[in-house]
Amino acid sequence: MGSGARALIWPALAAALVAALVLVPLGAVTIRAGGFGGLRGGDLSALWFTLWQAAVSAMLSCLLALPVARALFRRRFAGRGPLISLLGAPFILPTVVAVMGLIAVFGRRGMVNAALGGFGLPEFSIYGAHGVIVAHVFFNLPLATRMVLHGWQSIPSERLRLAASLDFGPHEIQRHLEWPMLRSVLPGAFLAIFLVCLTSFAVALILGGGPGATTVEVAIYQAFRFDFDLGRAASLALVQVAICVAALTLTARITRGESFGAGLDRPLATPLGQGALLRMQDGLAILLATAFLLLPIGAIVVRGLPALADLPPSIWAATRISLTLATVSTLLTLALALPLALAAPRRRWAETAAMLPMAASALVIGTGLFLIARAFVNPTSLTLPVTLIANATLSLPFAVRILLPEVRTLQNDYDRLAASLGLSGFARLRYLTLPRLARPLGFSTGIAAAFSMGDLGVITLFSDGRTQTLPLALFQLMGAYRMDQAAAAACLLMALTFALFWACDRIGHHADPR
Amino acid sequence: MLTLDKLHIVQGEFSLTADLSVPTGARIAVMGPSGAGKSTLFSTIAGFIRPTAGRILWNETDLTRMAPGDRPLSILFQDQNLFPHLSVVQNLGLGIDPKLRLSRADHARITQALARTGLQGLEDRKPAALSGGQQSRVALARALLRARPLLLLDEPFAALGPALKAEMLVLVAEIAAEQGTTILMVSHDPDDARSLCPDTILVADGKTLPPQPTESLLNNPPEALKAYLGP
Repeated sequence: MGSGARALIWPALAAALVAALVLVPLGAVTIRAGGFGGLRGGDLSALWFTLWQAAVSAMLSCLLALPVARALFRRRFAGRGPLISLLGAPFILPTVVAVMGLIAVFGRRGMVNAALGGFGLPEFSIYGAHGVIVAHVFFNLPLATRMVLHGWQSIPSERLRLAASLDFGPHEIQRHLEWPMLRSVLPGAFLAIFLVCLTSFAVALILGGGPGATTVEVAIYQAFRFDFDLGRAASLALVQVAICVAALTLTARITRGESFGAGLDRPLATPLGQGALLRMQDGLAILLATAFLLLPIGAIVVRGLPALADLPPSIWAATRISLTLATVSTLLTLALALPLALAAPRRRWAETAAMLPMAASALVIGTGLFLIARAFVNPTSLTLPVTLIANATLSLPFAVRILLPEVRTLQNDYDRLAASLGLSGFARLRYLTLPRLARPLGFSTGIAAAFSMGDLGVITLFSDGRTQTLPLALFQLMGAYRMDQAAAAACLLMALTFALFWACDRIGHHADPR
Repeated sequence: MLTLDKLHIVQGEFSLTADLSVPTGARIAVMGPSGAGKSTLFSTIAGFIRPTAGRILWNETDLTRMAPGDRPLSILFQDQNLFPHLSVVQNLGLGIDPKLRLSRADHARITQALARTGLQGLEDRKPAALSGGQQSRVALARALLRARPLLLLDEPFAALGPALKAEMLVLVAEIAAEQGTTILMVSHDPDDARSLCPDTILVADGKTLPPQPTESLLNNPPEALKAYLGP
């Protein structure tokens, strides 16, 4: 009770800083835009494309996740555990790397078109609207699969036993057990993916960009870099904010903070789906999904590894910059996330502040910061600080979401004991908070570091091409069609990103005294 | 002396009043039907709930607005009495200094407390590696080290078997006698109340009655207690 006010200083400072980092750029954008007058006809189609590609990507990801999740739920096979873990990989895979991999598989000279050509079928193009959607499904199918799989695992095994004792066939099980579960899980999965795809930038920049395949984020970039029409860029940024806020409001209404439950891998009470046809169907679903996820990564490794030695020295400079950026921006994320997460269970404003960055996107914040910076200095000179701030701000909501449930448990279990012993301030942080939160802290640190390491967003607005991060250098190699070097850089970026995530996650596990 | 001065606790629909005092060194059982507010009363005395009206006094000192850790009392809860990620020594050390800056003399005191509670050799164990009885002993040892004049027992031994529970109550009685500790103990078991506590506070129907002799109360229970105790 007594130290309540003092304990709120840090979260209040963090909340004020986040509010400033999001709202000041938004204010700059709003003033510069002066309404939506600067928009052109083409911008309306960017808005339309942003909405429908996000809807189709989310729908396809959910639909394709159904057979894969069901197969993973019903079958037990060697490598099932690692495969489920692997489904988490695309979440931290740098976008540029994944897109490169997809081009290697689905591109003009990729294996898919070679196969299609062999059967005399027309060529599939990875560029354009469907390419953007394929890439979005690549990133989000694993997410949807994990969510649906958790849903299946949360059906109590007692109920499956009951179903077996009542001699339910597959149709009855579907109707009475599976559909009710899917009805509660799928809307959440759809909306989560829809939200992510609304702010898609790098995918749409590389695979889309033409008429009919430009997202609002890419339109901001084009207005900025090609037309240098800051007024229009600002108007587009406002459009992007409006979309995000509308989607967030919708999400808040529809999903009621449902938990997807812990994935208990208890053995099935009754074997399900024993028919040979069902077995084949499940095997095929798992095989295709695995190939879809692994082939692009494999293609890059095969092409890139031999070329690692030929990487230009500029790549190593970019690597150093990226590692530094990732470290500092992750520290900033943590410094903001921890006080906000600790205050959030009791103070609504702390959670609101932590979620505020979701209303903006990378390019919106970038545009705003550019508008502010150019009033004082040459924005290019601020490339790295601005990238750092944007990365830290944008990974804050993820970090807080990971921490929050664990913070709630911690406070429920030990607040009274700590208070009765007078454990407070730094001693409380050292002996209670940090040890108990070591795992989620390690995990969220890893996510934030991976995001920052792989990010290709704000920097595209500010950089003059000389100040490079590794993703930007990779993007430029791709633009110059030096594909072997690009693949090598992609290998390097992928390895560093996974290593960063893995190291942080390990440190968290190691520091957990349990 | 602990004084509850016209205390009024309101939580939503729930309301409880208390206006009584407990002499220093007394051992008092707190009985009453489930949901009557025994734990709420303890949480208020310990400082987790702020009363709507009234004061809590220890001798002349007003505790009502004091932080839980500053009050002249220790409390043992039903569960979560120990930090599972800290060793036995660290858990005990928190009772001496919440910042865990322990001198050599402090370590000697910890060793003594461990010996007093029969926990020699378990210094570096984590609570998960202790039995239920040993965990209770660690919590008691910490209360011993804190040496606060008032000890609140909110059923910390409820999960133990009858023999272990009796053993703990004996230990509590010994420690209380050594340090002159005043004890308030929530109890569901008339035998526990009889063995440790000469007097009993009855909590029922939104009221807290002043201490009365346990024996006569149990032999001639009022309506609320009779229904709760059963035939």
